Amino acid sequence: MRYLPLTPADRADMLAVVGADTIDDLFVDVPAAARLAGPVDLPHHASELAVERALGRLAARNRPAGAGPFFCGAGAYRHHVPASVDHLIQRSEFLTSYTPYQPEIAQGTLQVLFEFQTQVAALTDLPVANASMYDGSTACGEAVLMASRVTRRGKAVLSGGLHPHYGETAHTLAHSAGVETRRLPAAVDGEAAVIEAIDADTACVVVQTPNVFGTVTDVSAIAEAAHAAGALLIVVTTEAVAYGLLKSPGEMGADIAVAEGQSIGNGLNFGGPYVGLFACTEKLLRQAPGRLCGETVDAEGRRGFVLTLSTREQHIRRDKATSNICTNSGLCALAFSIHMSMLGGAGLETLARINHARAVRARDALAAIPGVEVLTPRFFNEFAVRLRKPAAAVVEALAARDVLAGVPFSRLDPGAGLDDVLLVCATETTTAEDIDALARALSAEIAA
Amino acid sequence: MKFTKDHEWVDLVGDVATIGITAYAAEQLGDVVFVELPEAGKSVHAGEPLAVVESVKAASDVFAPVSGEVAAANGELSDTPQTVNDQPEGEGWFVKIKVADPKEVDALMDRAAYEAFLATL
Amino acid sequence: MTMLNVGRPTRPSEVAPAQEGPPPGRGLLQDEPLIFEVGGWGKTGVDFETAADEPLDAGDLAGLTRAAAPDLPGLSEPETLRHYVRLSQRNHAIDLALYPLGSCTMKHNPRLDEKLARLPGFLDLHPLQPQSTVQGALAVMDALAHWLKTLTGLPAVALSPKAGAQGELCGLLAIRAALEARGDGRRTVLVPTSAHGTNPATAAQAGYAVREIGQTADGHVDLADLAAQLGPDVAAVMVTNPNTCGLFERDVIEIARLAHEAGAFFYCDGANFNAIVGRVRPVDLGVDAMHINLHKTFSTPHGGGGPGSGPVVLSAALAPYAPTPWLVHDGDGLRLEEQAAGEAVASLGRLCAFHGQMGMYVRALAYMMSHGADGLRQVAEDAVLNANYIKARLSGVMSAAYPDGPCMHEALIDDSWLEGTGVSTLDFAKAMIDAGFHPMTMYFPLVVHGAMLIEPTETEPRHEIDRFCDTLLELAAAAKAGDVERFKGAPFHAPVRRLDETLAARRPRLRWTRAEA
Repeated sequence: MRYLPLTPADRADMLAVVGADTIDDLFVDVPAAARLAGPVDLPHHASELAVERALGRLAARNRPAGAGPFFCGAGAYRHHVPASVDHLIQRSEFLTSYTPYQPEIAQGTLQVLFEFQTQVAALTDLPVANASMYDGSTACGEAVLMASRVTRRGKAVLSGGLHPHYGETAHTLAHSAGVETRRLPAAVDGEAAVIEAIDADTACVVVQTPNVFGTVTDVSAIAEAAHAAGALLIVVTTEAVAYGLLKSPGEMGADIAVAEGQSIGNGLNFGGPYVGLFACTEKLLRQAPGRLCGETVDAEGRRGFVLTLSTREQHIRRDKATSNICTNSGLCALAFSIHMSMLGGAGLETLARINHARAVRARDALAAIPGVEVLTPRFFNEFAVRLRKPAAAVVEALAARDVLAGVPFSRLDPGAGLDDVLLVCATETTTAEDIDALARALSAEIAA
Repeated sequence: MKFTKDHEWVDLVGDVATIGITAYAAEQLGDVVFVELPEAGKSVHAGEPLAVVESVKAASDVFAPVSGEVAAANGELSDTPQTVNDQPEGEGWFVKIKVADPKEVDALMDRAAYEAFLATL
Repeated sequence: MTMLNVGRPTRPSEVAPAQEGPPPGRGLLQDEPLIFEVGGWGKTGVDFETAADEPLDAGDLAGLTRAAAPDLPGLSEPETLRHYVRLSQRNHAIDLALYPLGSCTMKHNPRLDEKLARLPGFLDLHPLQPQSTVQGALAVMDALAHWLKTLTGLPAVALSPKAGAQGELCGLLAIRAALEARGDGRRTVLVPTSAHGTNPATAAQAGYAVREIGQTADGHVDLADLAAQLGPDVAAVMVTNPNTCGLFERDVIEIARLAHEAGAFFYCDGANFNAIVGRVRPVDLGVDAMHINLHKTFSTPHGGGGPGSGPVVLSAALAPYAPTPWLVHDGDGLRLEEQAAGEAVASLGRLCAFHGQMGMYVRALAYMMSHGADGLRQVAEDAVLNANYIKARLSGVMSAAYPDGPCMHEALIDDSWLEGTGVSTLDFAKAMIDAGFHPMTMYFPLVVHGAMLIEPTETEPRHEIDRFCDTLLELAAAAKAGDVERFKGAPFHAPVRRLDETLAARRPRLRWTRAEA
């Protein structure tokens, strides 16, 4: 067994030092009724070759996004990740290190987190960013809980453009803590509808831009309305590349910005692991969830970094903690930060512009097809179209032609009555040929 | 000045009680880094959480030793929390409470009794 | 006020002068500034592919675009490599040496697992692709579920929780849903004083009041106290087993029986499953729900603090409430039920977007298949043997907190042996750094004074363990001999000396700014 260094001779010697006759002597505290006599009913150990073969077969049964025309977005995005990123995150000292609880020998991870926080703060234009969350959806849920703590109010209003999975996640986390969530009906271009729903017990309004239908919204007026009513504005972004081009949450008056950071540095991974971005105003710092890395000095006065303000956290505050979160998404945050360091602000802007241009091209191609109606008025790199046929069936039919046409909205929210709506996304990885292939396949399927 | 077993001190002048944590408590906590205080006007009840004091390693609730209404909170502490360590029973006060019943203060320990109590810990 | 003074000192206030020798940042260990101090503003290290006729003005978004590009520097590829490789050299890692953090299970991370998780058929899959195009990925989830169910004996598993703490939340929400379904509004969760902080934090987040159960002098749950506290308002008893003192709760079956008799559920924190995997099935202990940290027992890399993954196994009574999505066998294929409908109609709902940590599922499954049922049993045995060996070698010089009987996968030392030396647990731990080792978990569990919790795991060879023990014994002798200077200012040879955590907390500086640069 290649991962187990002890030899039978080692084990015998060590048992002798311990003063035990057999290994079973060390398990005496296990009640006799619960001791298994032998291995459970599962296959025995396997060689590296055998495991690689078995899992390789399973991998081959999937159709990778990059294997052909591909237009899925809706919360997870296919982008090119520079080769250096994956190389660096596999450095032993990053991959196989723990949470930096001993700062003297974890300055690498800590400096990365400090740089990551600075990057997230710059992208969102909010001064406080944490060291990452599990993903965008759980960051959204934590933001709702935080708003309730800050305002001491019990209700959150979620826009009809919020990704339905985010709404459901926020509901699960908030409901258990006694915070009520109200999701407005799905709407392509209706973020501002949250204003009408604000009342005296509203802790926060949660809006998304670009929203799940791709619509870009200036939420400044929503911020004003929320603040006038004593509520906080939470701005959600599922496509972090959009920060390169669009007005930032901070610029529009957000109190809390949360985002899915997967787009930068991280692969699709069938939904995880991803990296949640979380930023807020200075005033809200003490109520923020998750880890924070701060600058300080060492005993000789040199700059160094530590995890700080940890009295908010579960290991000290226990049942009064701001959140039960213990891990962050460290390695994904590292990948994000490396890719972001390579891009720089200027590179991110260029990348964002290319994404937008490709999506415009895709929109133009699809708009020309009879039976296809573009619904999204202003978009970044994804948009919604209404089809003459149920979108789920069309997507399945196109998959059979090896074109992954996008995400049927009904998959996210089957009860919304939007069975004919398809969400289409294009990124810098989308070629003109891909777009032509989609247009041809879709025309044929719609006409059929 | 009167004291509680929870290591708060109370200094009553007229019907206004100034409240803080004792030198012993400040020493035990280590370096104080943050103090969360109630807003003026808030009504408080004896025995309920009044403030939170944080050191790097711990966050501790400070309980109201008496009932009444918060008259003032020591805003200076937000910029200089170390005052709690430097002068816990003076400049490092937390809150002034307009007490509902000054007799509540009489029931607390005097310094000699508090020191005797500390000796038992 | 509540007095919590069990923690550790946080300020390098009693610092000895720097010792002779090369200061950090010399030799081959390069100093490395922040990217904001070396990067080029307006520069990018990425070349883009654009078509000649591609309009990049985004003119249709007028009024919606930001005034200027994000205010961040860029690095070329060589600068990027230098920056991050230099930073990496300031980290300790399991690939460098023993990483004995108790309750963290820092074991070897097989590189096969990394390779397989990066196959395009796993890495480059979108969570919302048509399910007909991801049958191999669903088969991975199904296989992982089968291994976890077989190893625990419980009939159902929720894969989606993103980490151990979310797994705890998942388990408690399933319990809450099951209780509500029978019209039972219990409001309290019982947690031992020795529990990890996530347990009470999770219970509070799930809407429960938390009450602590006491502990016996020999480090176990106090059964009498548990029995006294159980009642019609208790929804769940949450116990870590093996517990945070590194001991198997020998009364665990009785704990479960008492909980069930009182109408409560028994939640087991599976953080320490590594000690018993393949030798004990939690179902045989009466467990109703237990999360499994794939990043501990099943060796997905810790990555400097995440990502984790925390699937939860559930009893038949709790299974109907598992979070969405559900993996369902459908004829010849597999299907994800993503809504609280159909089979999943009673589901507690969604805990995250999509299907959890697929990248971790692949790694954990590869790890399990590599070991097999026989190898996983050997994992538990070697982990427990290594810990007992360390405990035996250190006993007599350092004080085991619970000297009688064997420990499980971690050895717990208290600080009574340091009494009178002038050296604290923290000082001792920091001196270990100078001697080439990462410290053990300190000051946890809270129930043991000055605790040092040592978890070697099964992937340490005997010569490394001996070197570790030799080093600790040598340091212990120095402490007892009064060589306080060696400890008070330690570490002297790490990339930085002790850091001022008080300053960091009093004046939080959480990002680089031009103004402060």
